[in-house]
Amino acid sequence: MTAHQLPHRPAPMRDYPDRWERYSARERLIQWFWLGGIALAAAWSVSALDIEWAFFADAHEQAADLIGRMWPPRWSYLPRIVQPLIETLHIATLGTMIAVVFALPVAFLAARNTTWNQGTWLLGRSILVLSRSINTVIWGLVFVAIFGPGPVAGICAVAARSIGFIAKLVAEAIEEVDAGQIEAVEATGARTLQVYGVAILPQILPVLIGTTIYRWDINVRESSVLGFVGAGGIGLLLYASINQFAWSQAIVILIAILGIVIISEAISAYVRARIV
Amino acid sequence: MTMSASAYPSAWRPPTIFGSPGRRFAFWALFAAYLVWSLSTLNVDTARIMAGLPRAWNILVRMMPPDFGRWQLLLTGMVESVQIAIAATIVGAALSIPLGIAAAANLSPRPVYFAARGFIVVGRTFHEVIIAIFFVKLFGFGPVAGLLTLAFSSAIFLGKMLAEDIENMKPGPVEAIRATGASFGQTFVYAVVPQVLVKTLGVLIYRLDSNLRHSTVIGIVGAGGIGQTLSASFSRYDFDFASAILLTIAAMVALGEWFSDWARRRLR
Amino acid sequence: MMPGSEGAAQAAAPLLAVEGLVKTYATGKKALGGVDVIIDRPQLVAVIGSSGAGKSTFIRCINRLVEPTSGRILLNGEDIVALDRKGLRAARRRIGMIFQEYNLVERLSVMQNVLSGRLGYVGLLASLRYRFPPEDIQAAFALLDRVGLDGYHNQRADALSGGQRQRVGIARALMQRPDLLLLDEPTASLDPKTSRQIMRLVRELVAERQTPAIINIHDVALARAYADRIIGLKDGLLVFDSPADALTDEALTRIYGEEDWSTPQGEEEDEQPSRAAAPMPSA
Repeated sequence: MTAHQLPHRPAPMRDYPDRWERYSARERLIQWFWLGGIALAAAWSVSALDIEWAFFADAHEQAADLIGRMWPPRWSYLPRIVQPLIETLHIATLGTMIAVVFALPVAFLAARNTTWNQGTWLLGRSILVLSRSINTVIWGLVFVAIFGPGPVAGICAVAARSIGFIAKLVAEAIEEVDAGQIEAVEATGARTLQVYGVAILPQILPVLIGTTIYRWDINVRESSVLGFVGAGGIGLLLYASINQFAWSQAIVILIAILGIVIISEAISAYVRARIV
Repeated sequence: MTMSASAYPSAWRPPTIFGSPGRRFAFWALFAAYLVWSLSTLNVDTARIMAGLPRAWNILVRMMPPDFGRWQLLLTGMVESVQIAIAATIVGAALSIPLGIAAAANLSPRPVYFAARGFIVVGRTFHEVIIAIFFVKLFGFGPVAGLLTLAFSSAIFLGKMLAEDIENMKPGPVEAIRATGASFGQTFVYAVVPQVLVKTLGVLIYRLDSNLRHSTVIGIVGAGGIGQTLSASFSRYDFDFASAILLTIAAMVALGEWFSDWARRRLR
Repeated sequence: MMPGSEGAAQAAAPLLAVEGLVKTYATGKKALGGVDVIIDRPQLVAVIGSSGAGKSTFIRCINRLVEPTSGRILLNGEDIVALDRKGLRAARRRIGMIFQEYNLVERLSVMQNVLSGRLGYVGLLASLRYRFPPEDIQAAFALLDRVGLDGYHNQRADALSGGQRQRVGIARALMQRPDLLLLDEPTASLDPKTSRQIMRLVRELVAERQTPAIINIHDVALARAYADRIIGLKDGLLVFDSPADALTDEALTRIYGEEDWSTPQGEEEDEQPSRAAAPMPSA
């Protein structure tokens, strides 16, 4: 019966329900369960932390006081920090470069369509998890213990964290490569490495470059604090200034860090917009 | 369209990603120059590193096997980190609401908008550890400083997300609900909240996971949590305990990320 | 029109001899139940049959993109099924394959795609930098000219139309200087006119290079018009193997099942969409 034909008999009246609920009783129970759980977790966290609420009464006064001591910045301090700033940039850049070199093979290991067997895939995935779970600064602690204080520890820390970051995104890109294109190159009788180099590498190149630049940008930010654990860069000076209550010095360092982070973000955004 | 065989060129260079061979050469030349410059100006005392390698190996050996003997200390530290992360996410979420609204171009007046956006830009630049140092200086050692640090950075992050969501909101559904004669509150609940809710929940879960990661680090400067335990163990040369802590951190972060992925997938 | 395999009395080993090819997938589906085919001269062989009849499996077993369950595949006397990885790579170099979805590396230029046909003959480092010997480069230019893409060598593959991409695929396969060409539904993604152009090109190339080609095709009209010999598969078994002009309605019924074959097929040069799809019952 099509729409423009009229029914020749009225349809019998059916019993339509007179109640409607968005969520069934069971769904609502689950929602209350989640809400209750979250509320409980929140209460437990806040209470256990033993917060002195009295502190916050004069928080705004404290803040104003702090800002007063920071301003005006002691610009004469600026030349002192140029060298450590450059060292910070070196740590970020060299660390990222080393990371890329290692991240590429790890990515091939961690991608289901290029890994040798289940074991190597698990190995690749484990490297990813280990690298990504430990923060750059903590890696810094580890490498300072191993290599002693200095920029070498910082570079290793940056590299250790970045390998997992880059390799994870590149592995995802490898898995998304069109299987047909890989098959076609295999069908010409090429060796496995040739297949990777010709059918896979050109396709993942934009992701590889974009991710590397993105991570470099993050690493500039991270390198600025590695000095706190002795891994080189401007962090050490910043820590010292704050500990000595030399606020007008600290603000100069902070402004300098602000500067290099903004510049590195701009470079990163520019390069990533240009590659396709 | 036939040419004799010899008329075909026998040499060909593939196009490079740099647009021209000249640019490619320039890039690699710069690259090499940078390597030389950086490695020479860096204070790398290779002799000392070479001398230190056997010591490095020694330390690595001492890290194995990880010592979970003092697991109560470990547990206390981890629990504190988790508490900081949860509490900071909630406080940060609360603070992010006014900040996000202030930073939304379609809702707030120009000067307020610029001030809020400026505040977000500056706040995002600084690593949590830097913020932590300030709060430790102001409020002393302990988890309070950690809570404030992560709440602050969460508020900035969540505020930025909220501002973007508000700016990207579709005016259509809001108009439609207003047209039915609904009050402001009802419009808010029926038109605005559904649009941003799922995404906001997803972002909150993501931020909780982030805070979990960061809470492990800020302890290094004294802001509470497992980071403090870790830092102490390194300075006491307790390497096997340190490796136990590291493994626990790795496991917890991995768990948190897995949970975050699962929850966000479930939300869809 | 070349005669079929009946009465082949050649003394030399046939170019391709498939003996008892069986493929059973892990799901239990028996895609091929023992197929025997002999190709002893350069000819264009079309494989037709309904979906699921085993056409694609048959083609892909020959270069072991799909692993045969049992049987022998002799390319110039050498059993491909028995080869190890290294031997298989060497054998694949002598088999050129052309795909339905063209399968070009999209971000690379046309020239790089064509040259990748010679990957098996060049060392690893040289191939990654695309340093191929001058004869190969000349051959590549000549091939591009032959398939009608003169001047396109530096275009990115994804900037080309479907028909153009398929021509690049053909050039790539021919760069291998293969003993055998395999084509897996090469025209299924192309419009009717381009399909005919491609089929015409393939037929010319088969004659020029004296290279046999097996083409998996669902368009019976195209098969009839351009192939020398037609092989019909039904439910994994060979039910027809004769010169193209011997394809009668009765034979079509044997291959596809009961249908009114008198419905006209679009064999003219205009844009009439091929009705070849219509008479085929769904598998």
